[in-house]
Amino acid sequence: MVPPPKRKNPLRRTQAPLLPPSARSRTALGITAAAAQGRFVLQVCAACETVQYPPREICGACLGDELAWRAVPSEGTLLAATTIRISGDPYFRERMPWRTGTVAMDAGPTVIAHVQASLVPGDRARLVQKLDRAGQGVMVALPLAATHDSLDDPMMRELTNDPQDRRVLVTDGRHPIGQAVARALLAAGAHVVLGIADIWKPFASVDGAEMIELDLTDADSVRRCAAAYGGRLEIVVNTGLYTRPGGILARGDLTTARVEMEAAYFGPMRLAQALGPALRSRAADGTHPACAWVNVLSVYALTNLPSWGTTSASQAAALSLSQALRADLRPIRVVNVLVGPLDDEWHQTVPSPKVAPTALATAIVRALRDGIEDVAVGDVAQDILARWLDDPKILERELAT
Amino acid sequence: MRRGYDGVVVTAPTTIPYERYSIHSAHRWIGQALAAALKRAGLRPRDVDGFCCSSFSLGLDTAVGLTQHFGISPRWLDHIPMGGASGIAALRRAARAVQAGDADIVACVAGDTNHPDSFRQQLTGFSRFSTDAVYPYGAGGPNMSFALLTDAYMRTYGATREDFGRICVSQRSNARNTPHALMKRPLTLEQYLAARPIADPIALFDCVMPCAGAEAFLVMRDETARALGLPSARLLSTIERHNAFAEDPIQLRGGWAVDRDELYGMAGVGPGDIDLLETYDDYPVIIMMQIEDLGFCAKGEAPAFVRAHDLRVTGDFPHNTSGGQLSVGQAGAAGGHLGLVEAIRQLTGETLGAKVADAKLAMVSGFGMINYDRGLCSGAAILAAGG
Repeated sequence: MVPPPKRKNPLRRTQAPLLPPSARSRTALGITAAAAQGRFVLQVCAACETVQYPPREICGACLGDELAWRAVPSEGTLLAATTIRISGDPYFRERMPWRTGTVAMDAGPTVIAHVQASLVPGDRARLVQKLDRAGQGVMVALPLAATHDSLDDPMMRELTNDPQDRRVLVTDGRHPIGQAVARALLAAGAHVVLGIADIWKPFASVDGAEMIELDLTDADSVRRCAAAYGGRLEIVVNTGLYTRPGGILARGDLTTARVEMEAAYFGPMRLAQALGPALRSRAADGTHPACAWVNVLSVYALTNLPSWGTTSASQAAALSLSQALRADLRPIRVVNVLVGPLDDEWHQTVPSPKVAPTALATAIVRALRDGIEDVAVGDVAQDILARWLDDPKILERELAT
Repeated sequence: MRRGYDGVVVTAPTTIPYERYSIHSAHRWIGQALAAALKRAGLRPRDVDGFCCSSFSLGLDTAVGLTQHFGISPRWLDHIPMGGASGIAALRRAARAVQAGDADIVACVAGDTNHPDSFRQQLTGFSRFSTDAVYPYGAGGPNMSFALLTDAYMRTYGATREDFGRICVSQRSNARNTPHALMKRPLTLEQYLAARPIADPIALFDCVMPCAGAEAFLVMRDETARALGLPSARLLSTIERHNAFAEDPIQLRGGWAVDRDELYGMAGVGPGDIDLLETYDDYPVIIMMQIEDLGFCAKGEAPAFVRAHDLRVTGDFPHNTSGGQLSVGQAGAAGGHLGLVEAIRQLTGETLGAKVADAKLAMVSGFGMINYDRGLCSGAAILAAGG
């Protein structure tokens, strides 16, 4: 395991937040899409079933042009390995030595992959697809039998966002989600800073967390938080999910919609503008660099649920903001956690299944540890996401009952 | 049965001395090589009716643009993107053109420039497969690719670093007489073994040095060469193969193994008749594969072969007699012409450095294009003295 970070020597240079090589063909982004969700896929020819790699336009066995991304067995044998000590690329140059190898997959293809330190040629290996710091999918060869701790080394740290020994800001300690997330992160070994709006009013403390004043709707509050904590945070989790029932016509005016937009869109934008530059500048700083920005979003950000019409619209704005942040904050990983109805006071009329805040918190910690970027938590969110991936127009009509 | 190359000769071996870095573009290097080859042959630009070019650094230009740039008007034109196999491929195509009368004099030229950082930029976009599936994995470039092939070869056949070192040390010895070789400082096996590791098991002296340079030769009919008073070498046979053994999970052999019987059969000679061998040598492991796959020993026995033979110009198995790319430098696509140009020099007696005694038959071998995990192009030719 990587030992906890030492106190930084202020005289030493701060490593610049470089990106690994990020150019890919459009087709190769199929691996990025799978890695974002923690899946493993390769192209398979519809005509002859040949598994393909590297990503292709045309089947290398039969010239077929219908190559769909499918889950395939990911095991193989490591045939050769090298420890690269000299690289022309600035990102890898700062991270030498780097281990790379050739894996012959049981499914057929030969894969050049990042190779975990304990693997030696001849070993059986399991390939996984992970997002690198450029946000691109890469192949990684791991030992068949591996635990989270045995894999924790500098290479895996480049491909994951483990909260262990990192300082995490959780934005909203007045919300049950914020409370649950703070507890889960503390249990995962993080140092937690928990934001509380109007801190002079009574609030429920979380043991072990540092409670600070933070109100994303208040520009001054956000500025003060950034001044005090901007340079010493590695992860930000925006838990301020604000959802209220009601359709467009039922509302009658813009009052609630404005509050929703402030909570879902302007507040997080304010926070990103205040904290983002400092976070990004420390994205390669030391053994536990700044690494992730997590947004909790309603799954109805994907497609509007008219009975929650204004909330859905504000969540769509939040999702769009999040997509823009992915590019702006890179190499900081922006993780979108899509959630269905929560088991809280605002969803009393909504039938089960509903998501408990603790389940959401567990999913966030797992996403950070595994380096995942898109997560749907709970049965409803997964169902809506599956329908959306299948056909967004059909889903739109399904929800507009 | 393939038709032979009766009456086809190669002549005017030309090298523009290499430089580590150049402020000039590839156009200049290629143009200088063309000019030098024509000057050697006593020809004017309009006498060239066939032109074949290989380069990685011409930007958007191809052989087409170079005709206008150089003021030539060929009736036969080719541009060959095969890197280390481009010399053999150029020779084969040009030979058939002059044999059939599609052209009378074909100038085959390869050249590349090298600026600081241009090698890295070239690697980032070398091929679709390498952009997607090689470069993001440590960006080690060809050092990484050949480290994996070397690692697999060593595990499979028991080759040692000393075996590879023997090849590199011999070539350095050969290079000491080559005026334009960029690396001429004597190299011992101890120095080879103690060198800085680059990508295990590859160390500094296993790697070629990217540089700027150009190579050229002329292909014509025997009677044309005689009329021009040019010493030349006869072309006896050639082979070419791409994407051979695609089913092998990792490359331990190349396309030569598919076609070598045809290579010897067409020339009517055997491996024992070859007086000198010029292999493609960007890394020593690929030299071992060529020695095996071209029939000089059985598969997996190249390590024993290089232990049993002296690979220097004066040795019993003269190999890469100018020092090869490992000592002269790798001037991009010109690296795929270097061995061929040196073989012509040895056979016509126009050597720049040391001469192989009584050289009558030379074999030249090409290997190119690590598109993803292996080199895809292979080729070879047998040349004879006395055009």
